Amino acid sequence: MSRVQNAVIGSVRTVVGWLPERWLPGGSPDPLIGRHGEVGRQLGHLDGPLKVTGAARFAAEVPLEQLCHAALVHSPVARGRIATLDTRAAEAAPGVVLVLTHRTMPRLEPVPLISITNMTAVGNSALPILQDPEIRYNGQVVALVLAETPQQADFAASLIDISYDEAPARTRFEAAKPQARTPASILVERNEEAVGDAEAALRQSAFQVDAIYTTPGHNHAAIEPHAVTAAWTGDRLVLHDATQAIAPTAAALAKLFDIRREDVRVLSPFVGGGFGAKGFWDHHVLAVAAARLVRRPVRLVLSREAVFRMVGGRSPTEQRVALAAEAGGRFTALIHTGYSVMPPYGACPEQYTLGSRALYRAQNVRFGQKHLDLDVVPNTYMRAPGEAVGSFALESAVDELAHQMSMDPIELRLRNDPEVHPLSGIPFSQRALAEAYRQGAEAFGWAARNATPRTRREGEWLLGMGCATGSFPYVRMPAGAVRIRLTRDGRASVACSAQDMGMGTATVQSQHAADRLGLPLAAVSFEMGDSDLPPAPMAGGSGQTVSIVAAVAAAATKLTGELLRLAGNASPLAGLRAGEVRLQEGGLVSLADPARRDSFDAILSRAGREDITVTESAAAPLEMFKYAMQSQSANFCDLRVSAVTGEIRITRLLGVFDVGTILNPRTAASQLRGGMIMGLGMALSEEVLFDERSGRIMNAGLADYHIPAHLDIPEIDVRWTGIPDPRSPLGARGIGEIAITGVAAAIANAVFNATGTRLRDLPLTLDKLLEEEGA
Amino acid sequence: MAISINGRDVALPDDPRVSLADLLRDDLHLTGTKIGCNQGGCGACTVLLDGARVLSCLTLAVQAEGRRVTTIEGLAEADQLHPLQAAFIAQDGFQCGYCTPGQICAAEALLRELAEGLPSYVTADITAPAPLSAEEIRERMSGNLCRCGAHPGIVAAILQVAEERAA
Ligand code: FES
Ligand code: FES
Repeated sequence: MSRVQNAVIGSVRTVVGWLPERWLPGGSPDPLIGRHGEVGRQLGHLDGPLKVTGAARFAAEVPLEQLCHAALVHSPVARGRIATLDTRAAEAAPGVVLVLTHRTMPRLEPVPLISITNMTAVGNSALPILQDPEIRYNGQVVALVLAETPQQADFAASLIDISYDEAPARTRFEAAKPQARTPASILVERNEEAVGDAEAALRQSAFQVDAIYTTPGHNHAAIEPHAVTAAWTGDRLVLHDATQAIAPTAAALAKLFDIRREDVRVLSPFVGGGFGAKGFWDHHVLAVAAARLVRRPVRLVLSREAVFRMVGGRSPTEQRVALAAEAGGRFTALIHTGYSVMPPYGACPEQYTLGSRALYRAQNVRFGQKHLDLDVVPNTYMRAPGEAVGSFALESAVDELAHQMSMDPIELRLRNDPEVHPLSGIPFSQRALAEAYRQGAEAFGWAARNATPRTRREGEWLLGMGCATGSFPYVRMPAGAVRIRLTRDGRASVACSAQDMGMGTATVQSQHAADRLGLPLAAVSFEMGDSDLPPAPMAGGSGQTVSIVAAVAAAATKLTGELLRLAGNASPLAGLRAGEVRLQEGGLVSLADPARRDSFDAILSRAGREDITVTESAAAPLEMFKYAMQSQSANFCDLRVSAVTGEIRITRLLGVFDVGTILNPRTAASQLRGGMIMGLGMALSEEVLFDERSGRIMNAGLADYHIPAHLDIPEIDVRWTGIPDPRSPLGARGIGEIAITGVAAAIANAVFNATGTRLRDLPLTLDKLLEEEGA
Repeated sequence: MAISINGRDVALPDDPRVSLADLLRDDLHLTGTKIGCNQGGCGACTVLLDGARVLSCLTLAVQAEGRRVTTIEGLAEADQLHPLQAAFIAQDGFQCGYCTPGQICAAEALLRELAEGLPSYVTADITAPAPLSAEEIRERMSGNLCRCGAHPGIVAAILQVAEERAA
């Protein structure tokens, strides 16, 4: 599969490279780029009133008659078999409707895994779900109880008596290394890449850094736990879900339960945070199967512990970054390799070396990742998969090298800023990292930094500043359709099965549709969150916004053609083709002669129509292959470290983002700040504590897995270059993930500047600092 | 005996294991109160019990007998948003909105605590009334987690209302 992927991607790049630009999406820039309209305006979330009053209904909040509630039982062992299983007490407990185990669960095929070649595949795990007595990881679901109330279900679940024949399990990171696998590809990139002899160059260079950086497992920790409410009527299924993948979930369930796709409806109008976690997991299958068996609606809400134990998080990583430079600062070698956990039944490699491939020019390079096969819940994508942890390693190493060379770390970065993609030689569509650093350094007051560590002090507090680059690739999904319905009174409704985990999908898409269709914002509505609507791609890779924008643009073009056809010979526009008019001010206007126009009302009235509806899909995202499309950011941190306790407190964070057009400065700033805050958590406190003896996550709760709280959060300044990407729809590149990248390195670099101690292991906790200083 | 919930008398549940959060959400369909962890770790379930904030996931419904519960649904006056609700919108104090009702209920209680001069961990002089500051708000809101990172907007919204009330 991976080799096939490499070949497919490789040949697409070659063919697309030959094609003339104007044949490609993005070949001629989107005409809306730079046009002042609704896009670019500050607009609050349209669903704000629903959210602040508590009226927004999430997946576990839909009232249904005859509803029963589910509770789960998890395996406390990592490998083995169920030896004895006694469900009698549970079945006899008050209110119990059903006990489901591997003995009673209907036989089902495994769920097809997420892949780039099948957009309807959403599985995060290929393991069987209650199909046999095998235990494959600690936390695996071994039973489900349905009862009239959640209290009865929880109690009955505690009565299920199970004993296990334990088998040896692979739960140790270090011990798994000798059997590590080297995959052929990581997502759409070839895994192992080498130019020249990086090891030799490393040995021969005047300056070099060669270090191991480690990052622990992370949990998405969305505040809304995963939840589904499943209701069957005959062979038709309605699922109220909290998901980032509405249409793919509907397709997967139809296939799994052998019903027609149109007989499944997945509704997910509000999602209480996703960050990659709200994909397709075992609870979907369990709830839907149970509801079918009892012919009653079933609600399954994961306990917070279950969110940690049966939904994967970000894999731990151990990364080697080696960097060498000649005296002038030019990189002579860049090596980025390492290990992460990726069981063969998972789908989501942690692509921590991919960012490094695009960020710097070096004469000799080597990249490659190895997967460790452990018996654990399969890891999945979490905000900025790869780049979030990869940038910590790479950008710490750059800072180490700059210090060694007594060079300003910004200067060192800019001396190695590439003009074209360093590996492929493909031109960047737009890249202004230098500008981001210029703006950032000025706004932050970088000049005040003292390059010599441990020189600024206020009482017990050592003060330090650091910076680091963040990056994330542009992604537009190769799928997605929208429907536009335009009525005579000049109102449009745009619809697709888009997701909103808090980004403001409907808000921004309404702004876009208003501009695209030439209507005022108030005349546009955006429907989403429902798999009965034309299928949108999943919300991932920071790619949902541009994917939908491209589909809306395609549908608007089709609408223009249909309107011209309806307008007929009586129209002032008679004889013009779709490319010669545009949608503007509630009608069609000739591009060449703006006096020639025809209103929607007039066109539809003459045709005797009340409305017109078109559905269209976006063109394939070939621009991603013709150009290197990458966002980047400059992160700055100002902090203080207690010389007594080693406690680290962040004073300020600043990020300047080079991410193309900002579609809504208000929601964008909010999302970018949120990403930086997650980066702060990753730097200072977040760590899944994994007991390597038992394979059990020890801190499966929000009291023990420490995400940043209000008092941890400093002043955060976010800015952007605002330079549109000429090759992407609206000139935008996506902002959901980049803001977490580079933050942890900026903080680690500031800790070094404050203390003179280099920490290479996240999170940067005071015990590590004191231990290093004592050493 | 009953519980007064948003001014309406509600019978106690038959099952004494029912938490206040479950009573609100499952029985009364007052789903504005959220459950993020069900174990006291996140603050999403914060409601007001006789005007003071409590975690409704750690409060049994029977403990609220004879007392007044106010939830997010009970804060607004008819069609008029509560000033905190309006300020959360104005300051972008949310993204996904799941932690929001808990943040707003906690903020309402916090403003009262500040008005009463109660000190906190960051109050420098605990013999004097605690000052109104972003730092005080951050400390007093730290029991309400937000994963979307809406904290700056949340603090700005609370500060805005606190200043309006002080004026
Ligand atoms: S749900 Fe009550 S504190 Fe988290
Ligand atoms: S707004 Fe999403 S958790 Fe706070």
